[in-house]
Amino acid sequence: MVEVTLWGSLAAIAGGNSKVEVEAKDIRELFRKLAEQYPGLEPWIDRGIAVSIDGTIYRDTWSKELPQDAEIFLLPRLAGG
Amino acid sequence: MAGVAVSTTINGDSVEYLCQPDETLLDVLRDRLGLTGAKEGCGTGDCGACSIILDDRLVCSCLVLGAEAEGRRVETVEGMAHGEKLHPLQQKFLEHAALQCGICTPGFLIAAKDLLAKNPDPTEEEIRFGLAGNLCRCTGYDKIVRAVQDAANVMKGA
Amino acid sequence: MNFDPRFSGRKFASVGTRPIRPDGVDKVTGRARYGADFNMAGQLVGRVLRSPHAHAIIRKIDTSKAEKLNGVKAVITAADLPDLTDGDAGMYDILDNCMARTKALYDGHAVAAVAAVDARTARQALKLIEVDYEVLPHVTDVDEAMKHTAPVLNDAVFTEGLEQKPVKPSNVAKRTQYGHGDVHQGFAQADFLVERSFKTEQTHQGYIEPHACVASVSSDGTADLWVCTQGHFVYRQHCAQLLGLEASKLRVTSSEIGGGFGGKTHVWAEPVALALSRKAGRPVKLVMTRDEVFRASGPTSATSIDVKIGARKDGTITAAEATLRYTSGPYAGMWAELGAMTAFACYKLDNVKTVGFEVLVNRPKTAAYRAPSAPMAAFAVESAVDELAKEIGIDPVDFRIRNAAQEGTRASYGPVYGPIGIGPTLEAAKHHPHMKAPLQVNQGRGMACGFWFNFGGQTCTDLNIGMDGTVSLAVGTVDVGGSRASLSLVAAEELGIDYSHVKAIVADTSSLGYNDMTDGSRGTFSSSMATISAARNAIKILRDRAAQMWDIPVDDVVWENGQALARGEKYGNLSPLSLKEIAAQSGKTGGPIAGHSELVADGAGVSFATHICDIEVDPETGATRVLRYTVIQDAGKAVHPTYVEGQYQGGAAQGIGWALNEEYIYGKDGRLQNAGFLDYRIPVCSDLPMIDTQILEIPNPNHPYGVRGVGETSIVPPLAAIANAVSNAAGVRMTHIPMSPPRILAAIDAERG
Repeated sequence: MVEVTLWGSLAAIAGGNSKVEVEAKDIRELFRKLAEQYPGLEPWIDRGIAVSIDGTIYRDTWSKELPQDAEIFLLPRLAGG
Repeated sequence: MAGVAVSTTINGDSVEYLCQPDETLLDVLRDRLGLTGAKEGCGTGDCGACSIILDDRLVCSCLVLGAEAEGRRVETVEGMAHGEKLHPLQQKFLEHAALQCGICTPGFLIAAKDLLAKNPDPTEEEIRFGLAGNLCRCTGYDKIVRAVQDAANVMKGA
Repeated sequence: MNFDPRFSGRKFASVGTRPIRPDGVDKVTGRARYGADFNMAGQLVGRVLRSPHAHAIIRKIDTSKAEKLNGVKAVITAADLPDLTDGDAGMYDILDNCMARTKALYDGHAVAAVAAVDARTARQALKLIEVDYEVLPHVTDVDEAMKHTAPVLNDAVFTEGLEQKPVKPSNVAKRTQYGHGDVHQGFAQADFLVERSFKTEQTHQGYIEPHACVASVSSDGTADLWVCTQGHFVYRQHCAQLLGLEASKLRVTSSEIGGGFGGKTHVWAEPVALALSRKAGRPVKLVMTRDEVFRASGPTSATSIDVKIGARKDGTITAAEATLRYTSGPYAGMWAELGAMTAFACYKLDNVKTVGFEVLVNRPKTAAYRAPSAPMAAFAVESAVDELAKEIGIDPVDFRIRNAAQEGTRASYGPVYGPIGIGPTLEAAKHHPHMKAPLQVNQGRGMACGFWFNFGGQTCTDLNIGMDGTVSLAVGTVDVGGSRASLSLVAAEELGIDYSHVKAIVADTSSLGYNDMTDGSRGTFSSSMATISAARNAIKILRDRAAQMWDIPVDDVVWENGQALARGEKYGNLSPLSLKEIAAQSGKTGGPIAGHSELVADGAGVSFATHICDIEVDPETGATRVLRYTVIQDAGKAVHPTYVEGQYQGGAAQGIGWALNEEYIYGKDGRLQNAGFLDYRIPVCSDLPMIDTQILEIPNPNHPYGVRGVGETSIVPPLAAIANAVSNAAGVRMTHIPMSPPRILAAIDAERG
């Protein structure tokens, strides 16, 4: 079980929860389970969500493992110049 | 519209071309003669990317008509190196990394060549004002100024 | 696969040196080919007709007269670009921005286009197109657009991110919020409070090369596109989707790029050129004029920002809050959100809250501009931080050091930081001789910090070893400022050969797997990771070939300093095999030797900078002069330090222009009044001093060499650093960017009463 922190806009869709617990071993499973628990999140996941694991931001590595005691934060996918 | 026949000298070579009366020298160089070293950044004489030397005078070729080159001498960036040997300004621009994207570089090289021809030992301020007609958005000009200073030193010693 | 990206702390032979770039000679001799330097046989000239109105319904477009003009080969409107976006709202916005469908949403919005045999005919044809507009009220100012009385740009936009869905449409596309703790409680603990409102005007990336492309579509559905872009693979995806082409049949070649800074991450003219070519059955060259670049490409946001920061007497910040309103043009973006995420990222805060509003206005669609949205937020926050330090009576550098984020700090945008460089850049600033240099009357010194995320992304690289032992490196990230040099250094480093034996090129979309574009400071970060991976894959093959040549097990072969060594005493009589020797035998040992790599380069390290500047203000005219400028920034590892310095200097210069001169000026009619380099004045050589740089190297743990991105962060601090310097010189707090002479004079006069 990992604890995931959602940013403001996502929390509103997840029933106002800014922290949710998910049984997931990697980012792919995390997204799948989140979409099952909160169907409203699916379009956001499709549009792109970045995952911060202990402060390092992953945008595309869905195979990245989620350590049990890691701090996991969801963030919007960023644009750059 | 009838074309205008022009005989001119470009980088030391005699060249003849036909152009429209309203066609700029920049368009003639780029589109008719295949000399694409001079760039069009604005078309209004504000950026200097199309700088050339016309009879010893630095001009924006986007503000000169192709027909005006009749009987005159045109110098472009393509004429700066001699065979494999780069002009000292070209060499110093490379060594100092005085270019990032490089689109302004031909204009800067021509402007700097004109500057050093008229003032072989310029101060930093004279370089900065001498090149103020050329826009560069990548470098902040620091390395360009240093490259010109270095080239001036080399050319004085030559 | 199984590539280990972790920082290894190795010693370097090539990385960190400063050789001449591989594309250098072409660029100083005029031989390099940029967007407009390419031609195809039989090509036509494309031109775009643009709306003269800021906001208007397009009732009817009559193209019949233009079509009949001799020499006109195609005329297109939105009808020739049918909607194939299949519910993808972002792509629909791109389509509508390329060619207005029902409404013109800004001065310069494309409404029709022609392809003709020459430029004169194309221009004539544009004049023959009759557009029947119904002009609507418009709004260009960010604060005006948020008012209930403002004309609404899009009836289908209801503010996202509110607890309750609003009942009326609005120009506020989205509200976002970041932070943690309780700011009310935090402010209650404060002994000092600073609360201020700031504005910044819209600026353009100002790349010297206008957008340019040559498009050729054949009747069998294959197509070629030559274009100046920061991301040819992304352009391919977008163009293929908008035109209904198969991506693999559209080959996009990126030309040399004459500057982008975020502005060439987006398609504008390219789908139009492809549609013209498809209709005309001939290649079409489309080059934007400078006027079109200003009116109709993608400048940055104009903003309005409120900041409140509280601190105790001892200099500890107790709470910080900001409300950020950013224009996004007529289409929703995430620009205020990026401002809200980055605003307080430099600081360690127990209580922080930022709220962002994306605001639709009748201006061109906002595009990324170098660390997009961060400079404006930093301007507001760092101005308030400076003011607060002054009120408390603490040195502004010490105040920042006291409150700086560090490893383990929870960032204001959420996660906890790993090893970061804000503290070291501040310490370096504190001890920099610049801080102690004397100042004269009417001169002021300012400093400020800046943050940018940096990111990586999808990357694919090919490394081929020729039979002569030289190496060609094909990368898919466009080289915007010397990355071919740095990537060649990385290949040389990893293989153990000389830089001069590596030649890097940018491959087209049909020659290499997909690559994200060069944005987010990712070019060198991610392509160097892929290059290291490709080189390691090639080394595996080199070892295997050496083993064959020696007829020993491959496990006994190691790779060191560019050669294969047989490990073990029993091989004492085998002399090492160089890369060159192995390559020469490759035909007899299994064929070509190559290393390929495809990966997602995640784990880009966040980056911080501190800038110091001295400004002189003429109190009679409000004119300013930049006397001295210093950039201190963490690079992780500077692969080619000269080009890292170049990024620092270039970002600072762009920031200086933004701070002091540059702005989009709209008339009451909603039309842009300064769409040219004469009236939109970017810094020239005589405006600037030398820009000193100090590179710090705090390794990124997620890159084998410790590389972080360096391209963007340097534009973040200048607005604030200069505002602080001007405020110190003029004795009055400046709150509106750019600080043009009239604004400075007005501020001085208001202070004098």
